[in-house]
Parts: sequence; C-alpha cells; structure tokens
Amino acid sequence: MTRPLITATRDGLACERGEFVIDPWREVETALISHAHADHARAGSQRYIAPHSSVPLLQRRLGASAVIEGVHYGEQRSFGSTTVSFHPAGHVLGSAQIRVECEGDVWLFTGDFKRAADPSCEPFESVSCDTLISEATFGLPIYRWPPGHVVAEQILAWWDENRAAGRPSVLFCYALGKAQRVLAELAALTDRTAFLHGAVAPLVDIYRDAGVVMLPTEKVDLRAKRRYDGELVVAPPGASGSTWMRRFAGASTGFCSGWMRVRGNRRRRGYDRGFVLSDHADWAELLATIEDASPTRVLLTHGRTDVLVRYLRERGFDAAALETSYTDGDGSVDHEAEV
Amino acid sequence: MLRFTRLYAELDRTTSTNAKVAAMARYFAVASAADAAWALSFLSGRRIKRLVGPALLRTWLTEASSHPSWLVDECYESVGDLAETIALLMDDGSHEGATLDVSLGEFVDEHLLTLRRLEVEQQQARVTAWWTSLDAETCFVVNKLLTGALRVGVSQTLVARAVAEVGDLPRDVITHRLMGPWTPTAEAFEALIAPDDGSADVSRPYPFCLAHALDGDGDLDETLGATDAWQAEWKWDGIRCQLVKRVGQIFLWSRGGELLGERFPEVIAAAAELPDGVVVDGELLAWAEAGVLPFSELQRRIGRKTVGKKLLSDVPVVLLAYDMLEQDSDDLRALETSERRGRLEALAREHPQAFRLSEVLDGRSWDDLAALRATSRERRVEGLMLKRRDARYDVGRRKGTWWKWKVEPHTVDAVLLYAQQGHGRRSNLYTDYTFAVWSGEELVPFAKAYSGLDNAEIGELDRWIRKHTKERFGPVRSVEPQHVFELAFEGIASSKRHKSGVAVRFPRIVRWRRDLSVEDADRLDDVRRLAESVS
Ligand SMILES: [Zn+2]
Ligand SMILES: [Zn+2]
Repeated sequence: MTRPLITATRDGLACERGEFVIDPWREVETALISHAHADHARAGSQRYIAPHSSVPLLQRRLGASAVIEGVHYGEQRSFGSTTVSFHPAGHVLGSAQIRVECEGDVWLFTGDFKRAADPSCEPFESVSCDTLISEATFGLPIYRWPPGHVVAEQILAWWDENRAAGRPSVLFCYALGKAQRVLAELAALTDRTAFLHGAVAPLVDIYRDAGVVMLPTEKVDLRAKRRYDGELVVAPPGASGSTWMRRFAGASTGFCSGWMRVRGNRRRRGYDRGFVLSDHADWAELLATIEDASPTRVLLTHGRTDVLVRYLRERGFDAAALETSYTDGDGSVDHEAEV
Repeated sequence: MLRFTRLYAELDRTTSTNAKVAAMARYFAVASAADAAWALSFLSGRRIKRLVGPALLRTWLTEASSHPSWLVDECYESVGDLAETIALLMDDGSHEGATLDVSLGEFVDEHLLTLRRLEVEQQQARVTAWWTSLDAETCFVVNKLLTGALRVGVSQTLVARAVAEVGDLPRDVITHRLMGPWTPTAEAFEALIAPDDGSADVSRPYPFCLAHALDGDGDLDETLGATDAWQAEWKWDGIRCQLVKRVGQIFLWSRGGELLGERFPEVIAAAAELPDGVVVDGELLAWAEAGVLPFSELQRRIGRKTVGKKLLSDVPVVLLAYDMLEQDSDDLRALETSERRGRLEALAREHPQAFRLSEVLDGRSWDDLAALRATSRERRVEGLMLKRRDARYDVGRRKGTWWKWKVEPHTVDAVLLYAQQGHGRRSNLYTDYTFAVWSGEELVPFAKAYSGLDNAEIGELDRWIRKHTKERFGPVRSVEPQHVFELAFEGIASSKRHKSGVAVRFPRIVRWRRDLSVEDADRLDDVRRLAESVS
C-alpha cells in the first residue's frame, strides 16, 4: 500500500510530499486554511494560503502581520510534488474544501461544509476523489435541516411576535458565518434594522464589503440610554447571561444551531426559542457528499465518526475515523460553539 | 389535533409560568368540551393505559425508517425520548404541514384507544401510517400520547389556573372539582367549568393547606412575632387525610386524591356517629394503647386493600384531627384558625369516639416551645406545627400560615429521578439512587442515597426502574418521576458547587413514601432553608 498523502500529526493534517499542513493547530511553515473559524485558523505560522474571500476574515483572526496569500477557487497550485486546489465548501464566506493530488492519487479534505443554499457564501461544489476526509459533526439520521429561508421565516415570525409585545428579540448565533447568514436570509423578508453585539459588527462589515446583501445594521450603543423594545439584536452565545444582557430586560431569547433539532438540547440551553440552523452538513448531506465524491476510502473527523464509520462499512466502504485535535482538546469546544 | 399540537409547541417553547397559563386558557376557550377534557387530562400528567410497548415501537421504527436497528438505537440513545426519536427519524421533509384532520377528542377516542382492539399487524399499519404522513410536530405529539405522559412542564395547579380563567371561577373551586378520580369526557369538562352552584359531588374533599419548613434558629420573635399569635401542635408522622361525611356517606381521602376507607375500616366505623356535612383535616396514625406506633407499622397497613383481623388488632389506626373545614355543610375555611379550632373541640366533646383530637401545646414563649420541641423524638413526633391563629385555611403552600418546625435529623421527601446499578453483591440491581426536589415546576436533583430499603423493596424498585426507564446515560437510567422517598441526613449545607445549592452529608433512605405523590415532594426552598438553619 502507498504511503498516505495526508496524515494526522501533532501539527495538524500534514502533507509531507507537499510540505504543508492543512488547518494546523501548531505553528508551521506553510498552512493551508479551510476557513476562518478559530478551530481551523490559528495564529503563528509563517505563511497562510486560503481563498481570496476569506483573507479579510483571516487577517482579522490571525493579526495584521500574518502573511496570507489568497488563491482563486479552482486555481491549481504546486506544493512540492503535489498539486493543490481550493473548492467552495458552503460553510462560511471563503470556506474551502482542499483537493490534493500526487501521482494520480487524489485526496479531498472537506473542512466544515454544508450543501444547503446560503445567500452569505459561495455554494458548495462537488469534487471527486480517491480518499475523502470528511467532517461528521451531525452524523446521525435524526439531523435533517429545514431550508434556511424557512428558518428565516420562523425567526421573523418570532421577532414580529416580540415586537407586538414590545420586547426585544435577542438572537444568539455564532459571530462568524451564522450571524451573517441570518441577516442575509432575513434581508429577503424585511428591511428593518438589526442591532449587533460588538463581536458581530466588524464581521458583518467584512461580509458587506464582499458584496453580501444583509439587513441594515447598527451597533448596540453601550453608552446611550436607548431601549431596544421590539428590536432584533444579534449576539454571540457567549453574551448570554453576561451583564451585557441587562440592557435588554424582558427580552425573548433565541438560539440558532443544528443542535436545536433535539428538544432536550433546546430545553437544556434555556433559551426561549431554538432555531434549527446549521452551517454543517446534515446526515443526508454527508451521505450525498460521499456518494458524489465516490472515494475508495473515507476518513472521518468531528462528531459521531463511530456511527458513520460503521454505517459506511456496512455499505462496503473502506471507512475509518481520523483522530484529530478537532475532536480532542480545545478545538472541540470551538467547533461545538460554531455549529 | 392542529390546535392541540400548537398548544404543545407553545408550552414547550416558554419557561414562563404565566405564558403557559395564558396559552392553555386560550386553548380551553376555543376547544370543544371533549377536546378540552382530553387536553386537561394529558396536560395534568394523566396518561392512557399503555397501548403499545416501547420495544414494539422500536421494531416498527426500524422497519419504517429502513435504518439498521443499531442505528435506530444510537439515535434513541442520543435523543433520549422514543416519541421524539420516531418523529425525527420519520421526518424526511416531505410531509411539512401535514396535520391530523380530526379533533383531539376524536383522535383519542376513535383512533388511539381503538388500537387496543386491533391485531398487532393492524396496529403497526395504523401507527406507521401516522409516522409516514404527519409533520414532525404532530407526529411527536401523537407519539407522546401513544407512549405516555406529555411532560411539557405544566402541573395540575397550572392547568387548574387556566381552567379557572376560562370558566371565570375561583381557582380553588376548580382545584376542588379536579380532586379525586376524573374521567376525560365532554360532560366532565362542562361540569368542571359550570357555575358554582354548590352541588359538587358529595365525596369531594378540599384542597389541603400545606406547611413550609421553618428555620427555627433565627430570632422567632422577629420572624414570627409574638408566640400567642400562633397555635402550636405536635407534627405527627402519619398519613395526611381528610374525612368527609355528607348525606350519610363517609369518605377518607389521602392528599394524593386516593380514597383510603377500605384500608382503614376502623376509622370509617368510628366516624359513623358524626353528623352530616362535616369535613375534618388530620393525620392517620397507628396508635396502640401505649401510644403512637412508628410509621413503619402504619406502613404495613398502607399496602393492603383489605385488612385481616390480626393486622387490625396489631396495628390499630386512628384519625388524629387538627382542623375542621366544613360544618352543617358550610365551608369554614374563611374562618380564623382559632374559630375553627373551637368548633373542632366542640365536635370532639360531643363525639369523643369519632376521632382523636390533636393537642394544642401550651407555650408562653418561643423558648417554651423550643423546649417542647426538644422532646419530639421520645414522643415519636417530628417536631412542631405552628399555625397562625388569625389565618384562614389556605389552598396549597401559602407562605406564613402554617410552619413545620421539624427536629433533626433533617428529613426531606424527594422524588426518585435516576438510578444506577450497585457494586459487589448487588451489582445486577439498581440500588444507587438520585433524588430530586421541586424548584418551581422543575425537579432538581440534590442527593444520592444507597441504603435504607429492605431487600424486597430493592427488588420491587429494581423491576419498576427497568420498566420505567426514560433515558440511559451509560450505566445511569433516568426514570419517570413517580416515587417519593423520605431521606435523612447527618448534615446539610449550602453549596455553590451544586446545581441545587445544597450539599448533603450521609444521606439515607428512611422509607418509601408510597402514600405521597410526586407533587407532595419537598421544595428546594425548604431544603435550602434547612441547610441555612444548620450551617
Ligand atoms: Zn467552521
Ligand atoms: Zn470546525
């Protein structure tokens, strides 16, 4: 058997023949970045390669001095004896699947991905390969997402209800990706202004600069004695239960996440409403991606790898779990938070 | 069904008690009486007798979902609720908005209950047809009705509040009418919200007035005021009950709404000489010539529907009366405690054999009463009861009217919530229990206990736990909240580290309180107060 092209090392998903590491969790020379979420993009490496549209997000995450080189989706680049290209993953703005080819052996790392329509980022593209490294965050058939525009209607109905009752609607969603997706989906339904937590606002600006159409927004003013009755406020989950929330007395709270599909999670989190909105693939999307890629081998990271491995093996696939720091250590916390 | 499904979703979405009551009231206002009757029944935690077992449902789910059975099991493990697992797995996005076109009442009467008459294959066909045609929300609620209680965070008290709003009746009239057996029919619901003409069923007891636990270590002059504003009695360790005598009939009610007459024939016989239109509140106690017997003796009588001669003479039971709620068919509850006590004493003088009168203790100061309380253990009582002399007889646990001032060791009535298999000799039995008390509408775990039950009880509980498991988390099972146990502690203290806010030392099970229903379990506030009173 040939040596695997990509292996999980203590640096990350390393490709020796290409002399690069994908989404490294330690400082390396050349880092290929799938997307700008914290568990995939860490500071300290000497140079970063990523799709053009993710560069402003990465620059913000990694610091002004980080050396980041943008590439076009589909553009072929040589690294060592390998050829590398980035393909849209549909996860967040500038997110990519990374295709690596060496001597006719094609590997594809999906990164975090989803196939459902999302007006705030580039649509997912199917890529075929010999070995597929896929995420399996929601690797159980109970996970099935309603379309984003349907969830947006539910959010708007909730907002309207709170407006009629004169109370603020505070919607918690991951600051990068989910917040902008919600604002973009809502823009198709209304043109009312949404108010943003300080952690969300700069990221919304970057999306807007990239041409994503969203609701008009304003930052929550910390000093002004303004009331937010009837308004929609978008905040990261970390703001829940903080003193920041005090200015929204009597607010109804909502949370956008794939985990909200299960009632027990909705109740445990203690939000008034749970909206099923995820930037990850659901069960059917995971299977469709594997089918489209038609790989001879599937390696899985994140979430219920055990279940999907067994399921695929029973269907004749060569499947295994790939132990990575995404699922083990601090990374898993970040990853959980973003879904 | 659509309306009921929406109600469920609304209740499930909010944690606000007022919003829940408002949502139920809106439903009751528009639902037909038959629908309202079933809704009330389900919402207040009643369930229909099991129609299809969970194992069978899982088999059908495996077939209907065309997933391998291990994957269905994984999903169930992850979701923790069979009704929801089915709804999630069968939801392929193709039946969005497909609800049931029949009313709740019709659905239950004609579609659900009639399952019992069908062969297994026909049952499977009918049930899986729901799964493959209904939207996820409706499918979930249908499965809930099929598999057991709704559990949507409302109690009978909240339901009663909503019904009272709709019927424009005082809340206690509804609570009163809801006590005891209640059959969900249109007629029953109409009767429930009918104008209050006083013609209530002759057997109906009144809602019980309940006591709060007293932190006796503070300055009682400050917290409770002058001693003479309070009527002090022993706090007995028996079964709380109401004796109702109307139009020649006698009813003995437990707090859980059970009729106890058959089990305690001597109490009924003694009460025969009482006049009609009388209701007395008190405690059943095992009482031999030498005095009160331990609760464990009384317990020998609780389990028996009919009692033999030997048990009757070994463990004679009396009613110890401490309050009077009705006389000459007049409701006395609005009268002050001292006035009701006077009438109770007069009744006892006229009918000395009818019941035993609870003694009012003579204490001029709080110190006097504290000294009396210190003798509680030798008297086989739990401590003192303090009742405000100028208070009416309240419904439920209103603060400041009745206090229970128990002696240590502290005991708490708690609900069994989780069980785990034990170690060593008992490793195949569920013997490690986690208990919870009420915090608002929620049961909050606060103590683990391993010992205190006898082998027969352990075996019985083990079988029950296996049959009534809700969820599994590794070796731990969560069970339906149904059984109440009295726990004792060596110590109890406030703790920031515990979700409950209290940490208990050496908890043990004193006894299985089969006489109590889940609603009777103690409240976290009371437990916290205990903790503060010790530390
Ligand atoms: Zn991500
Ligand atoms: Zn991730």
